[in-house]
Amino acid sequence: MIKDITLGQYYETDSVIHRLDPRTKLIATVVYVISLFIFDNIASFLVATAFLIAVIRLSRVPFKFIVKGMKGILFLLLFTVVMNLFLTTGDVLVKLGVFTITRQGLKAALLMLVRLTYLILGSSLMTLTTTPNNLTDGLEKLLKHLEIVKVPVHEISMMMSIALRFIPILLEETDKIMKAQMARGADFETGSIITRAKNMVPLLVPLFVSAFRRANDLAMAMEARCYKGGEGRTKMKPLVYKKNDWISKIILVVYLAAVIVAVRFGSISVAGFTL
Amino acid sequence: MSLILNHVNYVYSADTTYEIKALDDVCLEIGNGEFIGLIGHTGSGKSTLVQHMNGLLKATSGQILYNGEDIYDKDYSLKLLRQKVGLVFQYPEHQLFETDVISDVMFGPKNLKLSKIEVEKRACDALTMVGFPEEMWNRSLFELSGGQKRRVAIAGVLAMKPEMLILDEPTAGLDPKGREEILTLIRGLQKEQGITIVLVSHSMEDVANYVDRIVVMDHGRVMMNDVPREVFRHYEELEKMGLAAPQVTYIMQALRMKGLDVDIDATTIPEAREQILLALGRDWREE
Amino acid sequence: MGIIETENLVFEYIERDEEGNPIGVKRAVDNVSIDVKRGDFVAILGHNGSGKSTLAKHLNALLYPTEGKVLVDGMDTNDEKYTWPVRQTAGMVFQNPDNQIIGSIVEEDVGFGPENMGIPTAEIWERVKESLTIVGMKEYRKHSPNKLSGGQKQRVAIAGVVAMHPKCIIMDEPTAMLDPNGRKEVIRAARALNDVEQVTIVLITHYMEEVIYADKVIVMDGGKVVMQGTPKDIFSQVEKLKELRLDVPQVTLLAYELRKAGVDIPLGILTTEELVAALWRA
Repeated sequence: MIKDITLGQYYETDSVIHRLDPRTKLIATVVYVISLFIFDNIASFLVATAFLIAVIRLSRVPFKFIVKGMKGILFLLLFTVVMNLFLTTGDVLVKLGVFTITRQGLKAALLMLVRLTYLILGSSLMTLTTTPNNLTDGLEKLLKHLEIVKVPVHEISMMMSIALRFIPILLEETDKIMKAQMARGADFETGSIITRAKNMVPLLVPLFVSAFRRANDLAMAMEARCYKGGEGRTKMKPLVYKKNDWISKIILVVYLAAVIVAVRFGSISVAGFTL
Repeated sequence: MSLILNHVNYVYSADTTYEIKALDDVCLEIGNGEFIGLIGHTGSGKSTLVQHMNGLLKATSGQILYNGEDIYDKDYSLKLLRQKVGLVFQYPEHQLFETDVISDVMFGPKNLKLSKIEVEKRACDALTMVGFPEEMWNRSLFELSGGQKRRVAIAGVLAMKPEMLILDEPTAGLDPKGREEILTLIRGLQKEQGITIVLVSHSMEDVANYVDRIVVMDHGRVMMNDVPREVFRHYEELEKMGLAAPQVTYIMQALRMKGLDVDIDATTIPEAREQILLALGRDWREE
Repeated sequence: MGIIETENLVFEYIERDEEGNPIGVKRAVDNVSIDVKRGDFVAILGHNGSGKSTLAKHLNALLYPTEGKVLVDGMDTNDEKYTWPVRQTAGMVFQNPDNQIIGSIVEEDVGFGPENMGIPTAEIWERVKESLTIVGMKEYRKHSPNKLSGGQKQRVAIAGVVAMHPKCIIMDEPTAMLDPNGRKEVIRAARALNDVEQVTIVLITHYMEEVIYADKVIVMDGGKVVMQGTPKDIFSQVEKLKELRLDVPQVTLLAYELRKAGVDIPLGILTTEELVAALWRA
């Protein structure tokens, strides 16, 4: 069930990628996503693929584990591809009743398939190699300048890390309350959508009550431990860029340049397709 | 009623590296009207076991018979089983969701699709059984104390009219008086209503005073299954499982070591008092 | 002067009905004056609703008195400029272990307090290491709190307070939600802190076995202090404790019953050894 979703779950091991500063990984992810939207031919595809494979290898996360995480969104992926395939107008290639496949549609669908797959692989690689806390720390520091325009960056990142800590606790609690109501004859599995939604009330009310109680307790515990916002706080694990982070940034620049060059000069024509 | 567990196994996350055997070849028989104490430290499998008894969890292998019928049979109604075998979870007050006392107690019988009159009658009966004062039946749940809410939650399960009632640490978090009240209430249910009781607990003192039979669990296995005095006689084994006998057992052991001729099987204070007075009397007579 | 003093402390709050209209004033703490000496282990007993938790929350400025005064190491909690120094001097451990752990990794949680106090990074690491060692949780420093037992979580919470270097720790029913083994772990950690580190401990509980080692026991009922004294003094009054909806340890109760039956043993026996010795003499 919920526990089976590996997408975005931290995979514990020690690798070069794991040890990188979370900010480097965040920037790298953004650069990678940008590169995916620039690319549109075979040469840039090769560059992006090579880069992705290299990073996966370096991360030492088993490929199987990464792919397992994609199962959950397979439907979404196929849906987008099919929509692109059938709904793009242009030169007709095949006609199947009301459905037509066009040259442009085929290309768009292929591109979309590759882009989305790589996008998911690339971004899940970030969460697979970075602990949630590390990630929020990185976000906080990267976005720090937004504080000038009154964006509560520290508060947002504190909220995120607390949410991450309480998700497993609340999931367990959901399971427990569900079972307790089932012991009183509650039914969560059958009936129309409306009855099912109505049947959720005995689950949701206690869950919310408990979440509020926890929030209240936690706020008090934080105050008791002298929490007064981000001001004047020091860090137990401050983020410092190391040598590898600078090397990574150089590699990123080179990669982005390579993709741009490939897009410009790497197109080839095969059977009327420009790839 | 009768409940029989035959070689029940339950494995968490099977086929992965995290595989945990939560229940390991559990065989158990529970007869009509019994009062059983189920003991084990946290993680010993006792909570997993009770969730099998009303079909909330399904055994990986093994057989469970309720009144002679296999509950894993295709035609067997688990809904009916859950009505017959009531389960009160730990901190049951956390499952209350209605605005007032009586509506929450009516939730169970309503799910049984009974007539409105019958639903109301059962709720009233259940609240009377747990000794909840009538003038508070329409009170908001938010106005109740922790102990009162717990009573309402127990009534919510009793309103299903179970033949057997399982309570998972019903005294957790209560003060001494509150603990005693809940335990007295449970004993009343067994004695007066004839409901079979399984009390999950880690307080040996509670169990020693109330139950007929103790089942000790460790690492998913049933390690002991006997009357309290027999179980407490093996207090050294209990300690190895992270448990302990009631304090009285230790006092009697210490006295015996010192040479006072007392029966070490005394597990409650009145028993101990009698034994010590008897032994002291004998000593005095010899002098 | 004691590390914690309350002078005629009163705390009142407004009771409201379902619509939020005030229906009356409730006195949760009623004219309480206590004095906790430096280095003492003080236990506060009372049944649920006796006002002991409300009192505890006054001792580190989470609640403020309606009347009277609370002094923590000489600082008046009512004075806003002392709020943070008070909270640092008198640390607090709460009942529910899950709801007071903030970090996703044990060591990060222990570092939370020092981070808030603005301690330099290197010193935070030292404090974290030292605190986790005191409570015996050092080998779990890289673990997720979710995978720990209740007793272990509570020890992490204690370490989180210890890392702030408080002079006093107030423990508000830290064992109420734990199993017997977890209770023992927590009490052992509390006693070690008191014995070895000389931290003043105020332990709030309703488990009688946990208070027999205290230097002083305070019993509360209806918001008032109704008994005060050494464990021996308190447990000599079995009938009165029963009236207050409290228990006495089984040994004490047995000794009391034997004495009632005419056996010549003293009042207020607290341990098995004491009872055996007393019976030997009898």
